[in-house]
Amino acid sequence: MSGDPKLERIAKGNALALCATGTWTASFAPALERMVADAEKLAGGPQNIFIDVSEVAKLDTFGAWLIERLRRSLTKGTVEAQIAGLSANYSSLVDEVRRVSATPVVETSTITISGMLEQIGRTVAGLGGTVAGLVDMLGAVLAAVAHVLIHPRSFRLTSTVHHMEQVCWRAVPIIVLITFLIGCIISQQGIFHFRRFGADIFVVDMLGVLVLREIGVLLVAIMVAGRSGSAYTAELGSMKMREEIDALRTMGFDPIEVLVLPRMLALVLALPILAFLGAMAALYGGGLVAWLYGGVDPEAFLLRLRDAISIDHFIVGMVKAPVMAAVIGIVACVEGLAVQGSAESLGQHTTASVVKGIFFVIVMDGVFAIFFASIGM
Amino acid sequence: MAQEAQGAIQDPIIRVRDITVQFGSTRVLDGLDLDVKRGEILGFVGPSGAGKSVLTRTIIGLVPKVAGSIEVFGVDLDSSNSSQRRNVERRWGVLFQQGALFSSLTVRQNIQFPMREYLRVSQRLMDEITMAKLAMVGLKPEVAERFPSELSGGMIKRVALARALSLDPDLVFLDEPTSGLDPIGAGDFDDLVRTLQRTLGLTVFMVTHDLDSLYTACDRIAVLGNGKIIAAGSIADMQASQHPWLRQYFHGKRARAVVT
Repeated sequence: MSGDPKLERIAKGNALALCATGTWTASFAPALERMVADAEKLAGGPQNIFIDVSEVAKLDTFGAWLIERLRRSLTKGTVEAQIAGLSANYSSLVDEVRRVSATPVVETSTITISGMLEQIGRTVAGLGGTVAGLVDMLGAVLAAVAHVLIHPRSFRLTSTVHHMEQVCWRAVPIIVLITFLIGCIISQQGIFHFRRFGADIFVVDMLGVLVLREIGVLLVAIMVAGRSGSAYTAELGSMKMREEIDALRTMGFDPIEVLVLPRMLALVLALPILAFLGAMAALYGGGLVAWLYGGVDPEAFLLRLRDAISIDHFIVGMVKAPVMAAVIGIVACVEGLAVQGSAESLGQHTTASVVKGIFFVIVMDGVFAIFFASIGM
Repeated sequence: MAQEAQGAIQDPIIRVRDITVQFGSTRVLDGLDLDVKRGEILGFVGPSGAGKSVLTRTIIGLVPKVAGSIEVFGVDLDSSNSSQRRNVERRWGVLFQQGALFSSLTVRQNIQFPMREYLRVSQRLMDEITMAKLAMVGLKPEVAERFPSELSGGMIKRVALARALSLDPDLVFLDEPTSGLDPIGAGDFDDLVRTLQRTLGLTVFMVTHDLDSLYTACDRIAVLGNGKIIAAGSIADMQASQHPWLRQYFHGKRARAVVT
């Protein structure tokens, strides 16, 4: 009944019959394709050829197409190939396949050197576009702020509080844990190296300046970019994909005011709080290690810290935090609103959001370093 | 051949016995029995929220059931091992309500995806079969290189059908195939399902709300209500039924518009 498919050649007078037998279905497609390719070599011969399919046990689109392909390639030239013995069950399938034009449109994607150069060029030219997009979003957000200041009732307090919970309250444990550990590590490394000069106590100076000015806020900003920036991009991106943002617009709402502003505000409020908590946790961790590992008792640590650190260091750190939050928020929202229809696009923009967010945070940190050095803080 | 066909008609292609599905404390399906015969187009109707999609998803194994047994192609899906299950899955195609095309692949790659996984055939044959499938579902060859986000709703349904058919399955599940299509498009789709059923010898399990589909495409109709099949039979049986929901469904204002 069923069995491996075969294509036998039987000479009948001056005609050649190709007898197809067995199961001509998708599961046997590789074997079928080989047989058909073999038989195609008969094309251009002197005899008339017909393909006898009366013994075929089972036929599906794959089998029907391969028979049709064979018929087409044998028909070239003067000889006409015919399909014979087609059962009523399968004739409609073969007819259906016969209507198909055999020229599939296949795109060719070859990697060439000029193509790669072109890609690099486009990426570099795109950088300008990125910056323009960020400035554009900054302007839109400021316009929304102005609108909210004039019409305070249009401010979305519930949404802002919800996002505050997500990006601030729920981030506290992980931020505190990580900054605590970083404080411990800085302190341990400092003591380990300073001990050789007998300068153990200076680890307190280093820890204080580093944590309050730089590491505290920078580390927290990078973590927030990874944690909340990516979430913003994914949220806005999937809303864009499902036309929710278009729906908002048609109802007369400004997506910037409804979606972006509460998120931005939440982030700008959250980052200073997180940076403060992070700095305290890092100092605590550093102090703990200095005491247990370096033998600097807590009282000496606090005294030294009071001498070494002025309020300026703390202010420098806190001033940077909201600006970095704004940068992260703007990058995340721009990327989110740039998502196109596919899941792949959502992934690309979420990645870009985190990468660009971290990049701009570090750039901002450099700019601040120059600025504070110039004004002598 | 004829004998095999005889035997096949006697044992159903899908055999659902005493199925119970529960979400939390709500019982969606309650001891439901259903047979789908080989080669028929079964229309599956019922009020919104009655659990039509749940039954479909239970049969294809996406929703866990509390009790009961499901046999597809004579294989009990609960006691089968993974290779038997794969074999069954290879022989069915599913058209999801929203199409569920892979958004990062082109139409051509979407249709070739199951072929690439299950068959070892040349790229040339896959391309040619893809073109054949596209032609069968009534789409132009140019569509092949487009992404799902660039297609209209009707085209998405057609591409999704082409993907469901890509391995030449014996059984296809269609979840509301005509919802969201204009009446002409929906009518075309019904004709398409009929034609494909004839040419490929498919068995079709179709969840639908569309009265036109029931009249023009379906051989048999099963009605779901209160977690059970409340009626099954031809369209004439349905019209003759005295069940209140069926009377309303088949003799309501919209139904009269279809019949006349």
